[in-house]
Amino acid sequence: MKHLIVSDVTLTFGGLDALTEVDITIEPGIITSIIGPNGAGKTSVLNCISGFYHPSQGTIYYGERNLTHASPHQVSTIGIARAFQNLELFSGLSVLDNLLLARHQHLKYSIFDALVYFGKASRQEAENRSYVEKVIDFMELEPYRKSLVGNLSYGIQKRVEVARALTLDPELLLLDEPMAGMNIEEKEDIVRFIFDLKKEWGITIVLVEHDLGVVMDISDQIYVLDFGVVIGSGKPADVASDPKVIEAYIGEE
Amino acid sequence: MQDRNHLLQHTIPQLLRWRVNETGDKVALREKDFGRWNSYTWNHYYDAVRKTGLGLKEIGFGKGDKVAIISDNIPETLYVAIGAQAVGGFSSAIYQTSLPEEIGDIINYLDVKVVFCNDQEQVDKVAEVREKIPQVRKLIYEDPRGMRSYQSDDWFLFIEDLYALGEQLHADNPELFESLVDEGQPDDVCHFCLTSGTTGLPKGAMLTHRNYINMGLQLTEVDPLEETDEYLSFLPFAWIGEQMNSFGVAMATGIAVNFPESVETSMEDLKEIGPHFMFGAPRIYETIRSQIWLKIDESYLLNKLIYKYFMKIGEEAAGYRMSGHSMPIKLRLLAWLGKQVIYRPLVNQIGFLRLRRAYTGGAALGPELFTFYQAIGVNLKQIYGQTEIVGIAYMHRDGDIRPDTVGKPLPRTECRISEEGEILSRSDSVTPGYYNLPEKTEELLQGGWLHSGDAGYIDEDGHLVVIDRISDVMHTEAGDMFSPMFLENRLKFSPYIKEAVIFGDQQEYVSALINVDPIVVGKWAEDKGLSFSTFMELSGLPEVAELIQGAVKEINDNAEKNHFRIRRFALLYKLLDMDDGELTKTGKIRRKFVQEKYRDIYEALYDRQVSEKAVEAFYQYQDGQTTTVETTIKFYTMEN
Repeated sequence: MKHLIVSDVTLTFGGLDALTEVDITIEPGIITSIIGPNGAGKTSVLNCISGFYHPSQGTIYYGERNLTHASPHQVSTIGIARAFQNLELFSGLSVLDNLLLARHQHLKYSIFDALVYFGKASRQEAENRSYVEKVIDFMELEPYRKSLVGNLSYGIQKRVEVARALTLDPELLLLDEPMAGMNIEEKEDIVRFIFDLKKEWGITIVLVEHDLGVVMDISDQIYVLDFGVVIGSGKPADVASDPKVIEAYIGEE
Repeated sequence: MQDRNHLLQHTIPQLLRWRVNETGDKVALREKDFGRWNSYTWNHYYDAVRKTGLGLKEIGFGKGDKVAIISDNIPETLYVAIGAQAVGGFSSAIYQTSLPEEIGDIINYLDVKVVFCNDQEQVDKVAEVREKIPQVRKLIYEDPRGMRSYQSDDWFLFIEDLYALGEQLHADNPELFESLVDEGQPDDVCHFCLTSGTTGLPKGAMLTHRNYINMGLQLTEVDPLEETDEYLSFLPFAWIGEQMNSFGVAMATGIAVNFPESVETSMEDLKEIGPHFMFGAPRIYETIRSQIWLKIDESYLLNKLIYKYFMKIGEEAAGYRMSGHSMPIKLRLLAWLGKQVIYRPLVNQIGFLRLRRAYTGGAALGPELFTFYQAIGVNLKQIYGQTEIVGIAYMHRDGDIRPDTVGKPLPRTECRISEEGEILSRSDSVTPGYYNLPEKTEELLQGGWLHSGDAGYIDEDGHLVVIDRISDVMHTEAGDMFSPMFLENRLKFSPYIKEAVIFGDQQEYVSALINVDPIVVGKWAEDKGLSFSTFMELSGLPEVAELIQGAVKEINDNAEKNHFRIRRFALLYKLLDMDDGELTKTGKIRRKFVQEKYRDIYEALYDRQVSEKAVEAFYQYQDGQTTTVETTIKFYTMEN
């Protein structure tokens, strides 16, 4: 199992430091949460890992592989998938088509195979579908398989977004606020999915989330960011009692 | 048709074996999993039952032991049930919606040895009351998801491991299973079916192999099915309505039983399977019709016009069809055209295209629903029976469908009305009694007749008419008798009314507490440009009250007797719900409970001075959180 190591990463936009000398180690097989007030740089960390931004200083390694300057499609082929905060789905396509499409990079047949749809093409499409069905079963999306994504409720769309990331068969899953805008029942569902992903599928989870109650309940490791700086880390209980963290969230007395 | 009476000489496992010998390679079961329909033959079915049965034997389950099934509909429920029966045990099923306490009580009442659950949700509930059920040896589960924390505990057993035990035993002793199956007698009890019971703990009706098989044979004697026919299993297995089909009808006729992918997808799966017969509570048919109405309403003008025109034709034709008269030639032509243009595409959309017959039972269905379904070419018929007689004992015959009756007895079923007006039945499907309740059994089977507890009469055409539960019949202050259920059904026949509770026992007049239908009335309000966000607000709209007032007035105008008129009513701010204890598991109203719970509303219904009242609405959400909302409820008095 590989570690994801973000070391000494600084990200600047013009004169603004979004991240300053951030060190984060994501251990395999556990749930690591990144928390912090609005604008703390949580999503920037995820963007650096998934290759949307490239840090101006520092390195990011996934096992032996250097991701510091990798592009998003390269990152996605080595087992790191991401579910976005703002849904990145095709609202005019069905849930099934969205998920099948997300796996296009696993399809290796040529345009000629596709034209005759024989041999390699049909075999790969069948494998593709069966993998997608596994994800649908896991995320309990059976009732929505053929519904257009745009017609589904927000909570279900979020679930489809997580499912879309899962179709890439990831070892490490980046979840950017998977519970934002959800009601309690929907949150409970998502928490159960995250737990099961860790336990049943052995997927490493990196969670960016605002709901501190949920984060404290399910995380194995927490990093706290404030103004682009890591101000605390450790087990949930340690983080909750860290005076610096309390100050960042609640302010000084 | 060939003589099938020899089938009555078999037990359910023996009949399964007989089917294997007859048509072993034919599909018996089909299950949708990972988006695909997987077919299993009778051979596979029997093998699975064998390894389950022998596996159960290996874990110490033997003659006279009981297994309880708490599961969604999956083939494994049948494997476990029939497997247990094959090794001399009994099966029973508990509703998936039951709470842990209830499950514990039922398990103790039936003295269950082994429990089978399909997933973590059910397993968790049983594990919660584990202390109280020391006699349970094993808990078998089908879906390993989320079961990691239980894996170190050998009280929990994965079904694949049970199969392995069974296969091992079969390899060691290949004759054993056959000899166990041979030991069974058709008159042995095989399943305990819990009756819903509007009060207290459910009673376990003991049902024999012959009870089930006889019911399947007699039903299909009247309405034959082909061996190649399909059935979709979507009713809860704990309900007699599902067992009578998957044990009785499927075994007696050899049709294939299809299992939906999940409870939520069953209506979609229905379209894919296109079953040849189906059975359901009135609610299902009401829901489907509401959906059709909504879809038509949202459709193009041309579609709407065609639908409107041909529905009139269809309804007229339905009148002839239901009464068995032949149609005039012009109508027949138009009805044929309507079938091609609209009815066939329409029923295809809901998955009813291949349906030979649809049955409704458990409660009354509005007369216009019969006409509606008959008009679009769905042969919908009313059935009547109790758990104690395996569900169906009375049924409409083709061409003799009258919404106000429940039809005629099945062949080899006798019917009699007692002096008190109670419906009594006698047939091979009548239960030998309740488990461990000798007094109740004696009451039930007095004089060798099954006492239904329902009041009714046989009309001049030999049709049985059911009035109400004998114990539910009420009297007004003046001593006039009326049936609350009868009036509630009248109200519910209005598309705008979802649920209604009638009061009036020992009171001056009859009054009603009404739930508007959130979908139909919601759509109606939207079309009128009325704004609302919750059910509470919708129920509180004065326009909605006017709408319901109109519906009540119509019922009052058609009331047979003066004291049937509903004098006052109120629209309840929440939907009556099973989880709040207001409805039974089968969706019947627990009238006394509702009256107690909404005592202040009840009292206001009988105080003409009160036109509105502030109440505190108490809500419990599904996650257990509760909240209280202040609202006012209005009371409406009818003019006459």
